[in-house]
Amino acid sequence: MGSNGNTSSITINLNGNDVDVPAGINLVEAAAIHGTEVPHYCYHPQLSVAGNCRMCLVEMGNPMRDRGTGEPILDENGVQKIGWIPKPVIGCGTNVTPGMHIKTESSMVTDSREGIMEFLLVNHPLDCPICDQAGECRLQEFATDYGRGYSRYVERKNVKPKRTRLGPRVTLDDERCILCSRCIRFCQEVVDDDVLGFVDRGSFSTLTCFPGKELSNNYSLNTVDLCPVGALTSTDFRFKMRVWFLKESPGICTESSAGSNILVSSREGVIHRITPRRNDSVNDSWMADSGRELYKSVTNEKRLLTSSVESQKCDLSSAINSAVTFLQDKKLGIVGSCHSSLEEQYLLTKLAKTTKAKKFLRGHFGDDDGILVSADRTPNLRGTLVTGFSTKYPTDDLTEISEAIDKKSISTLLVVGEDLFNSGLTPDQLKGVSIIYIGTHENATSSRANVVLPSLTSFEKSGSFINRSFRLQKFKQAVPGPAGLLPDLHIIASFLNALDQEKEQTSDIVSIWKQLSKSSTNPLHKIKYTDIPQDGIQLDSTRWSDLDFVEKKAMHFSPRKLNKVTQN
Amino acid sequence: MAKTVVLPREPLSLSERTYLPQIVTGLKTTFSNMFKEKVTLQYPEEKPIIPKNYRGVPTLVKDPNGREKCVSCQLCEFVCPPKAIRITPGAVSEDDNSRAHVEKAPKEFEINMLRCIYCGYCQEVCPEEAIFLQEEYSSSGYSREEMINKKDKLYELGGTLPDSHYKWDKKKSAEDDGNDH
Amino acid sequence: MLDFELLFLVGLKVLFALLMIGAVMTMAGYSVLAERKVSAWMQGRVGPNRTVLPFVEYIPFLGPYLKKMGIFQPLADGLKFLFKEEIIPGHVNKFYYNLAPIVALVPALTTMVVLPFGEFFTSDGESIPLMLADLEVGILFILAISSLGVYGIVLAGWSSNSKYPFLGSIRSSAQMISYELAMGLSLLPVFLWVSEPGTGAMGLSLVDIVHSQGNAPWLLLVQPLSALIFLIALFAETNRLPFDMPESETDLVGGFHTEYGGFKFGIFFVAEYAHIVVGSAIFTIIFLGGWHFLPWVADPWPSTWVGTLIGIGWFLAKTIFLIFFFIWIRWTLPRFRYDQVMNLGWTKLLPLALLNLIFYVLLVTWIDQPAS
Ligand code: SF4
Ligand code: SF4
Ligand code: FES
Repeated sequence: MGSNGNTSSITINLNGNDVDVPAGINLVEAAAIHGTEVPHYCYHPQLSVAGNCRMCLVEMGNPMRDRGTGEPILDENGVQKIGWIPKPVIGCGTNVTPGMHIKTESSMVTDSREGIMEFLLVNHPLDCPICDQAGECRLQEFATDYGRGYSRYVERKNVKPKRTRLGPRVTLDDERCILCSRCIRFCQEVVDDDVLGFVDRGSFSTLTCFPGKELSNNYSLNTVDLCPVGALTSTDFRFKMRVWFLKESPGICTESSAGSNILVSSREGVIHRITPRRNDSVNDSWMADSGRELYKSVTNEKRLLTSSVESQKCDLSSAINSAVTFLQDKKLGIVGSCHSSLEEQYLLTKLAKTTKAKKFLRGHFGDDDGILVSADRTPNLRGTLVTGFSTKYPTDDLTEISEAIDKKSISTLLVVGEDLFNSGLTPDQLKGVSIIYIGTHENATSSRANVVLPSLTSFEKSGSFINRSFRLQKFKQAVPGPAGLLPDLHIIASFLNALDQEKEQTSDIVSIWKQLSKSSTNPLHKIKYTDIPQDGIQLDSTRWSDLDFVEKKAMHFSPRKLNKVTQN
Repeated sequence: MAKTVVLPREPLSLSERTYLPQIVTGLKTTFSNMFKEKVTLQYPEEKPIIPKNYRGVPTLVKDPNGREKCVSCQLCEFVCPPKAIRITPGAVSEDDNSRAHVEKAPKEFEINMLRCIYCGYCQEVCPEEAIFLQEEYSSSGYSREEMINKKDKLYELGGTLPDSHYKWDKKKSAEDDGNDH
Repeated sequence: MLDFELLFLVGLKVLFALLMIGAVMTMAGYSVLAERKVSAWMQGRVGPNRTVLPFVEYIPFLGPYLKKMGIFQPLADGLKFLFKEEIIPGHVNKFYYNLAPIVALVPALTTMVVLPFGEFFTSDGESIPLMLADLEVGILFILAISSLGVYGIVLAGWSSNSKYPFLGSIRSSAQMISYELAMGLSLLPVFLWVSEPGTGAMGLSLVDIVHSQGNAPWLLLVQPLSALIFLIALFAETNRLPFDMPESETDLVGGFHTEYGGFKFGIFFVAEYAHIVVGSAIFTIIFLGGWHFLPWVADPWPSTWVGTLIGIGWFLAKTIFLIFFFIWIRWTLPRFRYDQVMNLGWTKLLPLALLNLIFYVLLVTWIDQPAS
C-alpha cells in the first residue's frame, strides 16, 4: 500500500473533483490521500477488511455504459452519465476503479453516519469521565463530528460486565465494546493466536476468549491500541493518567534488534506508557508487550544515581577526572555495548584509538518470535559494525578478556553497561584489574568498579540505532534524566578531551554526525543527523553480508535480503 | 484631525473666587457625615453575608447517599489555570457494592490554595458535579503544606449537596432489575 | 549660703514646666486619636476601637465605652513607637539624622512657655496670669521660636540623603518662609488695635491681648480679615492639609520623614501635633478671647479659684474646638499643588495682609487723632 509511484495511478471523482489516486486502494484511503476524512471503526489499514461497523458509508457511482453495446451513455450535454448506486456503500470494502465517482458529503451520507452513531451510542455507557480512552476515542470524536448531538433514547441502557479479564495484561469493559472485531482480526492475522471471538446475538453480543484460552500472547496490548473505543484497556495503564496530559515523543524500542518505532508518553518527566508508532517498513502499527515494560527501568531502585570513586560518593566531574587517570594505563581494554547508541559507539571507537586500547563486545541473544522480538536482544549490534567498534560478530560472552588478562595484556577495563561477571569472567581473574563502569543500573561489575559513572537510559537522551535490516532510526529524548547525570556522550567526550588536549571533541550529536558521515566508504556517508526521517533510512549492508546474523525471518525482515543491496 | 472647540467658561463671581463659601459647604458635608450610620463590618465578630453565587474555597461534595461523586477524571486538573489541582487517580475495588459501576475514584486529591485563583473553572468543567466553590472564604495556615487541601479536608469542607441526577443510582438499578447479562 | 526662697521658686517653675509639657504632650497624643476617630466618622467608619487596658473592659458601661472610643490607643501607639527597632539607614548623615527630630520638637514645646492659659486671683482681687513666663514681647517670642521648627524638617530631609525627604524639606522651607510674612503682617493690626489709647493694653504681651477681650468684643469680630489670614498661615506653618507639602504621602511617600522609623518618627509625629495644639492655643488667645466667656459678656464666674478653674476649662474647650477644626479641614479639603501654595502665599495672602495693615493704620490714626 501507499502511494510511492510504483503502482499505477488512476483518476476518480471525489465530491465533484477529479483526483489521481493509486490503483488498488479502497475508498477510505483514497479519500484520506486528498484530505477528506471517511470516518471508520472496523477498518484498519494493516488488517483485513471486515466491513461490519458501517461507519464508512459513502455514495458511489460509475460512468454508465450501455449493457448491450458497451457504448457510453451520454446526457443531453454529451457528458457520460453517472449511474449512482441508490444505497450507500462501505468505503473500506470498496476499491477504487477508474472514473469512479464518490460523495462523502451528501445528505444521504450524513444521514447514514448519524444513524450509525445513534445505534452505536444506544447502549454505550456515559463513561467518558472514567474511561481511559477519553481524549483518543474514535467514538467521542465521531460523535462530535458526525453524530446527531443529542439522544432520543429514553429506555434503560444495557448493563454488561465492566472488568472482564481477558488476559494478564488486558481488561475488557464489555459495555463500551462496539463490536468492530479489530482485536479478533489482529490476533488471527498478525500474531496467529486465535483466542478472541464474539458470542451471543444482537445487543447481547459480547467479546470473549475461547473457552480455556486467554489473551496472553506477547502482542496482546496491541489490541488495546487498536480498539477504537475504551473497551479493551491495559491493566497496567488502567486509570493511571488521562491521555491529554501525556506528551508523546518518538523513540525506538530497545528490546531487540527489530527496532520497533514507539511513542513514549510522559507527563512532567514521568513516563506513563509506551505505545507503537506506525512505520510500515519496520513494525507496521505493532510492538511487543515486553517492550512496553521497559520504561519501568527508568525509576528502578537499582538505578545508579550518583557517581563514585572506590565506592565513595563524589561529584561527577571528580569521578570523570579519576577515570581519566585510570584510562592513561597502557594496558587498557574497552568493553563496548550493543545497547549504546550509534554516536556513543563512535566516540568509544575514537577513545579506543586514542588510548590504543583493545576493544571487546558482547552480544545478547534469545529466541526469535518471528514477529517483532528478534534473537538479537540488543537494539544496536549493527551500529558497532558500522562505526567500526567491532569487525566480527560478537558472541554471548566476554571470554576474550579472560585470555587477555591471563596473558597480562590488560590491567584496566572501561566497561559500558555490561556485567563482566555474568559474561564468563571470575572475580579472581579480575582481582588485579581496575574497572571503570559507565551504566544506568547497578550490577556486580558496578559494585566492583573503581570508578562508577552513572548515565542515562534511552528515554532520557537522543541518538540513533541501526536495526536488524540495517535501517538507521533515530530516537528523541522523552524525559529529563535524574538531576546531575550526564549522557554517555558527554562522559566519553570529556575523556577524549582530557586525554587529547589538541583536538576538541564535542558531545553534540549533530556535530558528531558530521565526523561520522565523513568517510566515503562508510554507509553513513553524507547523512546528516537532522535529515534522518522519522521512519528511518535504509543503509547499504553489503559489507557485512557474510557475517552470520542470528535473526530469523520475521515481519518486514528476511535474512536473505541482507545479502542484496537494498539502498533506499 | 478632530476640531477642537474651546468652550467659554463662566467667569467666577467674587465670592466664588475666595473659595470660602465652597469650603463652608464642604465642611458642612463632612460634619453631617460624622453622624451617619457606620459601614464598617467588625469582621471576626460580624461575618459578611455570602451571596448565593459566591465563589469560595473549592471543595469536593458527596451525593445524598454518601458516595463520593468525583471519579478522578482529572478534567479540573486539566482546566485549572494556575495548576492548583493535583489528582492521583485510583480504582475502586470490585467488591465495593455501594459504588455500582463507578470504577474510578481519586486516590489523592490536592488543591493548593496558595495557587488557586477562585476562578471556578473546576466547578464548571466537572462532569460529575463533584467539585463546588462554596461559601468558605477564609483559609489560612502556618505553612505552605497546610495550605494544600487534601482529599479528606476537601470532603469535610464540601459536605453533601443535593443531586438531581443520581446517575450511578440509575445504573445500579439497571443492573439490579433488568437488562443485565 | 542657700537662698531657699529662690530655690523654692525655681523648683515650682520646674514643676509647672513639667506639668505643662505633660499636658501639651497628652493633648498631642489625644489629637492623634481624635484625628483617627474624626476621620473615621467622617468616612463612615468606626476608627480605633480595639485597644483596652487589662480589666478595664469589665467595668460596666464605662469600660466598653472607653474601649469603643479608643481611649487607650495613644498609649499603645506610643509604646509601639518606643519598642520598635531603631533603624538607621546606611546612607544618612547620622548626626543630623538623629538631631532633626529633636530640633523639630523643641520649638513646639518652647513656645508654650509664654502661653497664658488662665488667671489666678489673689485675695485682694488682683489677677495674675497663669503662665510659665510673662514676657513683654510674648508674640514675638512665639513667632521667632516657632519658625525654628522648619529647621527640624530641613535637617531631616537633607540628612536622609534620599530624594523624597529632600523634596519634602525644600518645599517645607519655601512654604514656611512664604507664610511667615503673611502671618506676621496679619498680627500687626491686631496689636495696633489693642495698643490704642484707652484700651489699657500696651506692647506685645499676650496677657494684655486676652485682657483686652474681657467684657469686650473678641478680636475675631473686630479684625475678621486678620483672623482669616492668620488662620490660613497657621495651617501652612503647622504643615496641615491642605498645606502638607512636606509630607504629602501621595506624591512624596512620606516627605521629610520617609527614612525615619520607630521613636524618631514618633517624635516628628508628636511635634506636628504639638504645633497644632500650641497653634490652636495662640489663636484662642489672640482672636477668641482666651479664657474669657463670650464677647461683650463679662465672665459670669466668681473671681476665686473656682473662676480660675472654669476659666482654664473654657480656654481648653476653645482650643480643643480649634484642634477639631484643624482635623475637620484636613478631611474636607484636598491638598494644594505646590505652585498653588506658593501662589496663594505670595500673590494673595501677602497683598491682602498689607492692605489690611494699611487700612488699620489709617483707621487707628483716624480714631486716635486728638480731638481738635
Ligand atoms: S477555582 Fe480555578 S484556580 Fe481554583 S482550583 Fe478551581 S480551577 Fe483551579
Ligand atoms: S472533581 Fe469533577 S472534574 Fe475534577 S476529577 Fe473529580 S469528577 Fe473530574
Ligand atoms: S470501517 Fe467500513 S464498515 Fe467499518
